[in-house]
Order: sequence, then C-alpha cells, then structure tokens
Amino acid sequence: MDNQNSTTRLPRRKVLQWFATVAAVDLTTIPGFAQAPHEATGYGTDPDLTITYSPGDVWDLTLSDAERKAATALADVILPADDLGPAASEVHLIDFIDEWVSAPYPRQKGDRNVVIPGLKWIDEESKTRFQKDFADLTEAQQEAICDDLCAEKPKTPELAKNARFFDRFSSICQGAYYSTPEGWAAIGYVGNTPSGVFNGPPQEVLDQLGLEQTVKD
Amino acid sequence: MPTIPISEAKPEYDVVIVGSGAGGGQMAYALTLAGLKCVMLEAGRSYDPVTETAMFQRGDQAPLGGSSTPEKDFGFFDATIDGGWTVPNEPYTQASDKPEQEFKWWRARMLGGRTNHWGRISLRNGPYDFKPCSRDGLGFDWPISYETLEPYYTRVERLIGVYGSNEGLENTPDSPAGVLQPPPKGRVGDLMTQKAGKKLGVPVVPIHRAVLTKALDGKKLAAKLHPGDKKAQKIVADSMTQRAPCFWATACGRGCSIKANYQSTTVHLPPALATGNLDIIPNAHAREVIVGKDGKAKGILFIDKTTGKEERVKGKAVVLAASSGETVRILLNSQGGEGVANSSGLVGKYIMDTVGSNLRGQIPALESIAPHNDDGAGGSHFYSPWWEYEAQKKGQLDFARGYHIEIGGTRSMPRGNSPVPGNFTKGLYGKKLKEEARRYYGSFIGLACRGEMIPNENSFAELDPDVKDKWGIPVMKWHWKWSDHELNMAAHAQKKFTEMIEAMGGTAMPNPNKPGSKSILRGGEVIHEVGGALMGADPAKSVVNEWNQSWDIDNLFLCDGSPFPSNADKNPTLTIMALAWRAADHIIEEARKGNI
Repeated sequence: MDNQNSTTRLPRRKVLQWFATVAAVDLTTIPGFAQAPHEATGYGTDPDLTITYSPGDVWDLTLSDAERKAATALADVILPADDLGPAASEVHLIDFIDEWVSAPYPRQKGDRNVVIPGLKWIDEESKTRFQKDFADLTEAQQEAICDDLCAEKPKTPELAKNARFFDRFSSICQGAYYSTPEGWAAIGYVGNTPSGVFNGPPQEVLDQLGLEQTVKD
Repeated sequence: MPTIPISEAKPEYDVVIVGSGAGGGQMAYALTLAGLKCVMLEAGRSYDPVTETAMFQRGDQAPLGGSSTPEKDFGFFDATIDGGWTVPNEPYTQASDKPEQEFKWWRARMLGGRTNHWGRISLRNGPYDFKPCSRDGLGFDWPISYETLEPYYTRVERLIGVYGSNEGLENTPDSPAGVLQPPPKGRVGDLMTQKAGKKLGVPVVPIHRAVLTKALDGKKLAAKLHPGDKKAQKIVADSMTQRAPCFWATACGRGCSIKANYQSTTVHLPPALATGNLDIIPNAHAREVIVGKDGKAKGILFIDKTTGKEERVKGKAVVLAASSGETVRILLNSQGGEGVANSSGLVGKYIMDTVGSNLRGQIPALESIAPHNDDGAGGSHFYSPWWEYEAQKKGQLDFARGYHIEIGGTRSMPRGNSPVPGNFTKGLYGKKLKEEARRYYGSFIGLACRGEMIPNENSFAELDPDVKDKWGIPVMKWHWKWSDHELNMAAHAQKKFTEMIEAMGGTAMPNPNKPGSKSILRGGEVIHEVGGALMGADPAKSVVNEWNQSWDIDNLFLCDGSPFPSNADKNPTLTIMALAWRAADHIIEEARKGNI
C-alpha cells in the first residue's frame, strides 16, 4: 500500500486534538471551525478495510446530551430487551445513531434533518403531556406517544409529520441493531464462520418447504 | 504487490500492457510465461488482496454499518478502491440530461481493476452468440466461431477454477469432462426458484462461477496448460497451491484473502511476477498510444499521478486492456487528439451493456423457517440460462435475444440497512417489531434479468470537446439509448418473474408488470460495458481483426471488452480472458517469427 492518503485516514477528531496542542491560536476564533459536522469529510475512497472502526473514529459525533438522552430512550422502546435479545442501549446503539446523523453524506444529512427535529419534538410532546422529558417517562407514557405515531391514520398533521420521523428513526435503529452479533441472533442470521463444507439447508427446512436438494454429493 | 516507479523502467520492453484486470492480467500471464518482457501500467495504486481484504468484518465494525455511501458505492467492505460511479479527478459527461439516456460508468483505480469485486459469474458464450446477425439479421457477427474460442475457454477455466455443472442446454456450452469444479449445494432461494421454474418450463441449474470448491491440483493442471514447458509448469503449479478452496463465508465482492476466487491479483499477476519478466508501474494514467513515423505503436504516453509529470514507456507491441471506455479514450486522444487505429471511424461506436431488470418477491412459505447458514460461496449458486429459443425462432416474442436469470440470496448478513423492508414492520415497535422482523427476514427472493443488448447507433462514446480531467486530458462523453428489443425484454422479465414468484406462493413487490422503460436499469449499471472497437473480418467495418489486432497498426492489440461485436447475456469476463489468451498466443507466435 502506498501512504499517499494516510493523512485522510486519521480521524478528524485526532487531527483536531493534535492541532490544538501545537496551535498558538484559539481555534474557535477561526471562521468555520465550529461547523464541524457538515464540514467533516468522509472516509474517502480508499479507507483501510482491515481495521475495526468505532463511531467517532472518522467523523465527530455531534448530538447534544439532550438529543442522545432522548434517542437512547426511544431506541430502547423500539428495540427493548426480550427473549430474542438485548435492548438497543445494551449494544450501544446510540453511538451508531449519532454517527449516522453526523455523517457527511447526502443520505445521512437528509436523515439528520428529520431526526434532530424529531427528537426535539418528542421531548416537547412529553413535557406537554406528562411534564417530563421522554427518557424520564414511564413505559406506558412512552408507549402512549409511540402508539399515536404508529397509528394507521395519525390524528393531527403534527403527528403525521413525526410519524415519518419515527419510521426513519426506527429504520436507522434496525439497521444498526441487526449489524451486531446480538442482532444476528435476534433476527436469525447464521453465518460469517469458516467451514470446510457447505451442506445447504438442513433437511428439516427442506422437508418443511417440500424441497429436494438437487445438487448431490 | 511488487511494483516499480517509472525511474526504474527498462529502456524498452517487448510488450506494454495498459490495464491489470481480466484482459491485462491474462495477457501478462501468457506473455511473461512465454518469456516476453512486459511492463504493465495501472492507473490506480498497487493492491494486495491477501493483506487488504475485509474478510470477516461485521457491519458494526465499520462506519454506518458498512452501508453504501458515495465514496463506497457498493458498501464499505466492497473491494473497489478509488472508484465506483465516480472517480476522483476523472469526470465523465453525458450527451443528454434525460435520465433514461444516462450512462453510468463504474471504474476502479487499483491493481486488478474490476476483477477484485466482480460477481465471478463465468459463462461461456454459446455458438449462436458468435453469429447473432446470421441468425436474426441484427447487429454483427464475430469473425470467429465458438469452436475457435472453445480451447481457450477450457484453458481459462482450468487456470482460474470455475464451479458449475454440464447440463447440455441449448447455446449454453458444456465444458469438457473434468474441467469444472463441483457446484455448491442449492440454497433455499435456489431450490424454491428451481421448483417454481419447473412448473413454468424455466430451467434453473447450477451457475458457473470462478470460485474454488476444492483445492486445485496445481501440478496436473499446469502440465495441461503449459505442456513441455517445465519452468512455466513450476511457476503456475506453485501459484495454484497458494490458493485455498472456499470456506463458505464472506461475500466475494470484498475480494478474497485466501485466493479462493479469481481476481487478477490472485491468479494472473502472481505467476506473471514470478517469471521475473513483468514490471508493474502503478498510478500511471495512460494518455496516448505513441505511434512512430513507420506507423507502428512505440509505447504509451502517461501521467505519473504521483508527480503529475508526463512519462513514456516503450515497447515493440502495445496492448490496451483498460476497459472499453478507457481504451476508446486512449485511442481517440492519441496523436494529440487526432486519434489512432480509427481509419474505419468506428472507435467509440456500438458500446453495449447488459440489460438489467430486477424484481423481488415476498414468499410466505419462507417466513419463520429455522435459522441456518445460507452464506454459501459468497455469490450465486443457481441461475436460469435463456430458455425461449424456440419461441423466438417462431416470432412469438417482441425482442430478438435472450436473458438469463440470477437468483438473489435470502438470509444474507444484515449490514447497516434494515434487513426487512419498512412496509413489513410499519407501525410496530418493541417486542412485536422484533418478532415480525425475525418472521420476515429471509422470506424475500430477488430475481435479476441479465440480457443481451443489441448494438445500436445511439449508444457510443466520444471525447468531450470541453471537459478535461485533472491532468488536462479530454474525458469521455457518453451517448445512450436502449432500443425496443431491450425495453421489451425487460418487460418480459418482469412478467416472467411475477409468474415465478406467484408460483412460489409469493407476492411480487412493490408493483409487478411494470413496462420495460420503467424497470430497465440505466446503461452501464450492470458494469458490463463492451464494444467501442469492434472485431470483424472487414477493415472498413471494424477496428480490430480476430486476433484483437488493430487493422491500422499491426503491433497494437485491444484486449478488454472493446472488441466485442455483440454482448450475449453471458457475463463478459470469461470471454475477455479467452480472447486475450488467444491474442497472446498470436503475439508470441509473431514475436517468434520476428514480426514483432
């Protein structure tokens, strides 16, 4: 591998940390510095594919504490702990969600414009109805709001608008949750394991579906 | 892999090869093993799949779960480097702003080119595919027949390793006994589709793919490939023993660090480098073929991307294997933009892609079945070869050529995106959502039409008079138009796929039976661009002869998809390699005679 692009592989956060230690000026006075999320660059067209990445490694996480608190609670309502697997918070889904809405790509920027106002709304709605932030509501109170968002025909235009937020947010959560080993177990994905042979579907599955294995040994 | 900077290049080589993918790799392999000194120019960086491939990385170990972005169009783990639908600093343009006339151009800037991520589907063209015009009066015949190319198909299959079965089906050639590797077992989606096909008269059989399902017997194969040449046999056998058979996990599009599948960087280039006869110069962006006063090709003028400077390499012969679009660009830009090898005026004309049209179905029978490992060989196991030759002959169809059907996997690894379409879980949250996601996951089957496009006057590439790349080189401008043959084929596929999904007891989604114009993929989107420098028997009507050799410049060879006079539904890579090997034999023979 050549090293031409090695600087672009450095996480922006680390570059900034390094810059802060050597710079004699107050970085925050430089125009544009504070606009990190949307000025952030992506991983480029030649990222190192052999290392493990964590949210925040390539671009900064940008959700506020209040947004993270609301998002964590909502993700746990959508994907709670049950007999299929752990809750969203147990697999640190909030970091993935934060990474997603902080990403510099068009699709994720679009989602950011839906998710951030949606999180703000859900806290406001919680305060209006129950005088607390969404995260501090009882399970039944949280579900009352979610049920309104999930209604086939939302009762008000405001609920209809935020039902779209709920759908988008749920989709991001599912994408993240089912990318984890815990999520694989929950949904029933089996694989990513080397094996000396491939026997095809088990006989019980073939029987259930009335199929016959046509490639014989 | 080992490369050299231009400063270490020899004053002159026997052959200069532009491009390191299927055509360039095959050419380098054959020429260097025969003792010719070659230099290979690659526009991207060096790349080693053994150390650089993301094999078992999970979605939660990559940014955005590994889902696609404009910087990694096919997802984070896809092998493609510095490429995709756009390449930094190297734009291309469209002649029309109509979406249906857009051409999407996939490029990779890396050693091995697009062979690192391709689907590994390796189908032989059949006898009809070489004489399409003689059969239906459309397009062009090839100057060679299936019989001419057959020995090279066999050689390539032995070298790269291809799994599959011999089914004796019309225009779908069998390989000689013992050449193919054993096909993998059918998966649920394969077997369901096969059973539905039986009801509808659509054959569904094991596909041919360049993936090892058992270890290669290097010594035996090398003896067959290079009879009487002990040195070549040793090099090839050694290289083959470095390849492990598939371990039934990880998608082939990531590349393969155990070399179980074919990529130029695991199969062609290691033995070529082991001969000591190959120098590879990376980051070399070819600009022109240098032509001498005697009308012969003398080498290549290129930009060294690491310095931005113009450089030259010299050779007694030149091979362009840069992809159809790039080969056309280099030919048209040569001689200061006057162009070379173009006395016919046909360079850039008749570019083709594959007709693509997809449909998904949801199959209730597949809901909630027992979780099991469906990874398989990291790509297709079964497919449907074209089956309607008889109906076409009788004039019962409103399109002239065939398509095959590729079957999409069901229980593949979730990665970044919700594994179940949102309309199946809409309005749900909590335990109910998790239960429904588990119920529906794996209940979807995707069917994809991959069909033959007939070359037409409206689909071609030329130099853009205004737009230049970062180094001041005029870029390609694409013109594209599907004819009714392709649109009607896509409509037929949508209808047939709906029938097949319904025969499985399922429902096509979202809305089946769309017209062809609404369901056909964009030009270029299947990444099978071929043509642009057609092969033929008449110098006035073609750019190269049957040896991929320019009619105008007899030491210039085009060894990618650009010489294809037609683009059968069969994926082009295997044919590119077979033609390149045949052209290499011709170059070796001419070199022995002293003609090159």
